[in-house]
Amino acid sequence: MDLIESYAQDLRFARRSITRILLGLLVAALIALPWVAPDHVVFLGTLIALYSIGVMGQNLLIGYTGQISFGQAGFLAIGAFAFGHMRIWGAPFVVALAGAGAIAALAGVVVGFPSLRLKGPYLAIATLGFGVAVYQVFVNWEMLSGGRSGLSIARLKPMLGLTSTQTVYYAYMLLLAVFTLATYNIISSYVGRAFVAIRDSDIAAEVNGVNLTRYKLLAFAISSFYTGVHGALYAQVLGHIEPQIFNIGESLTLFVAVIIGGVASIEGSILGAAFVLLIPKVLSDFREMVPLKARLYFQLWPFR
Amino acid sequence: MDKLLQYTLTGFSAGSLYALVALGVVLIYRSTRVLNFAHGDIATLATFVSFSLLTNRYSFPLALAASLLVGAAVGIAFYFGVLVKAQREGANLLGMVILTLGLALIIQGGVVWWWGAEPVSLPFPISDTKTYRVGPVVVSQLSIATMTAGLVGSLLLYLLVQKTRLGLAMRATSENVMAAQTLGIPTRMVLSVSWGVASALGVVAGIFLAPALLLDPFFMLDPFLKGFAAAVLGGLNSLPGAVVGAVILGVAESLTGAYISIQFKNTLAFLIIIVVLLLRPEGLLGKEFKERV
Repeated sequence: MDLIESYAQDLRFARRSITRILLGLLVAALIALPWVAPDHVVFLGTLIALYSIGVMGQNLLIGYTGQISFGQAGFLAIGAFAFGHMRIWGAPFVVALAGAGAIAALAGVVVGFPSLRLKGPYLAIATLGFGVAVYQVFVNWEMLSGGRSGLSIARLKPMLGLTSTQTVYYAYMLLLAVFTLATYNIISSYVGRAFVAIRDSDIAAEVNGVNLTRYKLLAFAISSFYTGVHGALYAQVLGHIEPQIFNIGESLTLFVAVIIGGVASIEGSILGAAFVLLIPKVLSDFREMVPLKARLYFQLWPFR
Repeated sequence: MDKLLQYTLTGFSAGSLYALVALGVVLIYRSTRVLNFAHGDIATLATFVSFSLLTNRYSFPLALAASLLVGAAVGIAFYFGVLVKAQREGANLLGMVILTLGLALIIQGGVVWWWGAEPVSLPFPISDTKTYRVGPVVVSQLSIATMTAGLVGSLLLYLLVQKTRLGLAMRATSENVMAAQTLGIPTRMVLSVSWGVASALGVVAGIFLAPALLLDPFFMLDPFLKGFAAAVLGGLNSLPGAVVGAVILGVAESLTGAYISIQFKNTLAFLIIIVVLLLRPEGLLGKEFKERV
């Protein structure tokens, strides 16, 4: 790490020229990918892009603000079903996406209120309870979730002469880029500094003039906005959602991705998302080496 | 009226299982300040051990003993092998939660690998179809056994914690580890006993729950979460609170199922968690916790 001498330097996105070159190469490779790789690889890239957004949101909450949440599956479900219903009512893709994020953010603020009084293990339990409660409400409330048959969602139409898979891939990569830049801006702004201060010591942060109520709720709102968007994008890719997808395993997957990728790291969020999606694939490529039962388990992993 | 009594009894039966789970959660939380997310999975593993022994025609007491041993051994091994090292490195709360989650996932994977994900039924010597009529209510053999198990488990734990020297050491250690060490209590040994006993209590819950449901690698998830809710309701650092919370939760759930909505019966526990945490975070019988910078 080289020495940072001024605040402006700290804010600069890519500090060294080699970083910029590598970044440029990475972006070029990602743009070229759909033209050289088979469809299932492109699809995997799409999945990683949408998971990265959710993991980033989770990382803003856990890594930067220090609030443990085990209820992300609840926000995922809210985002996905809000998106599904809005698409069925005829809202355009972008509007439905923003709506899904906004509704999830609203739910995030509601869940955030306990965080004003609870911390550590108590907050973990409260959010866990929220996640499971949302799951059960969706499972049992057929009007919301479409019941046993689930909800069918219109796919994104192919555009600009691309195939459907390519369109979705580029759209999601673009969204990932937007969310990554937004996250960088959030964490290097006053808001992000306030989050970190709350993580390190909320009482000390309050003494120094950080409005705890506002910033804790804001952290929950932003994080669940990301997660809601993740849910919506996931729903669009699947084309068909049912509440069973958003069980506690999904909360844990997001949590594990944050931990593996790196707490309080944006690039880490993307790597973590890639890890939790790729490891089951890699292992299932070696299926001859794993006994039958384990094979089934790994194939079911993301949907368990 | 009869319906009310009947459902209250069913609630007691479920509540006694939640109590066993909740006691384990509380025991571990108040001694080591760790929320053990692997609690349910340790019980699942041990219940599968029972399943293997029972299907191979070993006797029930032997299977029960083996399961209790396996459960306690996993708890103690995790404490010594992982947690002690982590605490020496200065792991924070998040770190320790992640470690127990990791253990949970490893056990889940192991159980799926060894026994498969197909649901199986546990050959249990006590039937849940044989019923007795007591006054206006009907009670099955299984639910009598369940309630007995809950009662005996809670009583034994009470005697251990309140009436023995080891229990005194456990209470001293959970009050203040540093002071206990200074007074010559082998705290590490005492804490490992807490982990072992807590895991064994969970195993009892698992074994008595299995005949009512089918046995699959994830069958303890729901009861574990309910036990968790009960522990929060009663107060995370209070053992009597865990039992009280569990019985209240069991009865409330059963009555909700009977009178309000059978579908949202399971959601009740989680609503209770959120409401309790908002209104009285220390739980019904827990002590208020203070915090310093």
